[in-house]
Amino acid sequence: MREYPAAEDLLGAVARFLKEEAAPNLPPRESFDARVAANAVEMVRRQIMAGAEREAERARLEALLGREGDLDDLTADLAAKVREGEMDLTTPGLADHLWRTTMDKLAVDQPRFAPYRRARAAEA
Amino acid sequence: MSAATGAAGAAPADASPERTLEGALARLAPRLGAGATGVADLVRLSGGASQETWAFRLTGPEPRDLILRRRPDQARPGKEDLPLATEAAMIRLAAARGVPEPRVLHVLSPEEGAGEGFVMTRVEGETIGPKILKAPELESAREKFAPQCGRILAAIHAIEPGDIALETRTAESTLKKMVDDHAEFGQDRPVFELALRWLRENMPETPPLRLCHGDFRLGNLMMDETGVNAVLDWEGCHIGDPHADLAWLCVGSWRFGGEQPVGGMGPREELWEAYEAAGGGWVDRHAARWWEVAGNLRWGVIIEWMGGWIRAGADASVERHVIARRASEIELLLLADLTGREI
Repeated sequence: MREYPAAEDLLGAVARFLKEEAAPNLPPRESFDARVAANAVEMVRRQIMAGAEREAERARLEALLGREGDLDDLTADLAAKVREGEMDLTTPGLADHLWRTTMDKLAVDQPRFAPYRRARAAEA
Repeated sequence: MSAATGAAGAAPADASPERTLEGALARLAPRLGAGATGVADLVRLSGGASQETWAFRLTGPEPRDLILRRRPDQARPGKEDLPLATEAAMIRLAAARGVPEPRVLHVLSPEEGAGEGFVMTRVEGETIGPKILKAPELESAREKFAPQCGRILAAIHAIEPGDIALETRTAESTLKKMVDDHAEFGQDRPVFELALRWLRENMPETPPLRLCHGDFRLGNLMMDETGVNAVLDWEGCHIGDPHADLAWLCVGSWRFGGEQPVGGMGPREELWEAYEAAGGGWVDRHAARWWEVAGNLRWGVIIEWMGGWIRAGADASVERHVIARRASEIELLLLADLTGREI
């Protein structure tokens, strides 16, 4: 049983404090940095909440590469195979895997990035 | 708004280096304006990761607002730096060709004690991409942005740099540098590998090489109601393929939410046609596409360099950490392009 409030709740509270209380009460430069810091905290919060997507990414990589492994190791292997020309966009499942993985990354890193939002809207 | 104003606005610097700089500039004042007696209101402006930009006021019978560009102290691994005296010389050459530029008043010498850099006039306008795309007063400037940039780039590419020493960059050397930098500073990214392979397999013809600005994009272009009124940040200028400048302006990360390719504001054809009409030379559409893919990837690799600055301890700021996480946006842009998705 996880303790409440969970990690994502704590981070949400920190982000809210930085944005709504600290930023308005700081000089311009520090206020800007406080809002950037709030964005960083929110990014971490989204990453913690995206555990299921990371597991799905690993499962897709295992299927593509036909072996087991951890996410970093499998990604390095896929990058090497693309670099060597052993796999490319004609490889069954590769384009779909990369698209899904990239969209999941953007959901964590920059959900407000306009091309990401347009791509999401096109998928819906 | 002023030259090189970033999102954070003015920032108080450490008191002692600021006073040292203020003293050096005060001694320099008579050389910056006839009858000038000193300087006041020295503030560091944010924006510009590898250069410092300061604003100050020249005091005396004819007060005026000036800008100092100078090199910061911290080393930034992975970033090739042009001497600021060269940047000043390029601004003067570009101005002589009719490119909108501030006026360079003085290039610093080491014995003047103000560091390496130069002093120029302060041009008023907007440099922040999202504001340029939204400000109601810039609407007509936005409509003519793409053709105006075509004409400006044609003028820049006609500059003869004479005996100024500049690096030469070709498609081959650009590709090799990206491969090397990605390997040194980056992490495993299958999408980057796909883009690198596409670039290797689709090399463009090499046209006559010209003087290129090297960082011609929103953020380095100041705008007012009349359009682009200053081309800033010449630190990337080099001898190279003119398509590199035409394409860099269209890189997805510089569109700031706008759907049009040229700085988020206009179609590529308007840029190319104005460039050709202004004597810039024929735009090879395949080369333009190659350099746009290369430009997207180059920004991705620069983001990976920033991760290198963080690892090297050269930049501990939260802002740099957050920007260093933006390589995924490049993966999205590259993958959409390579798989034929419009986003």
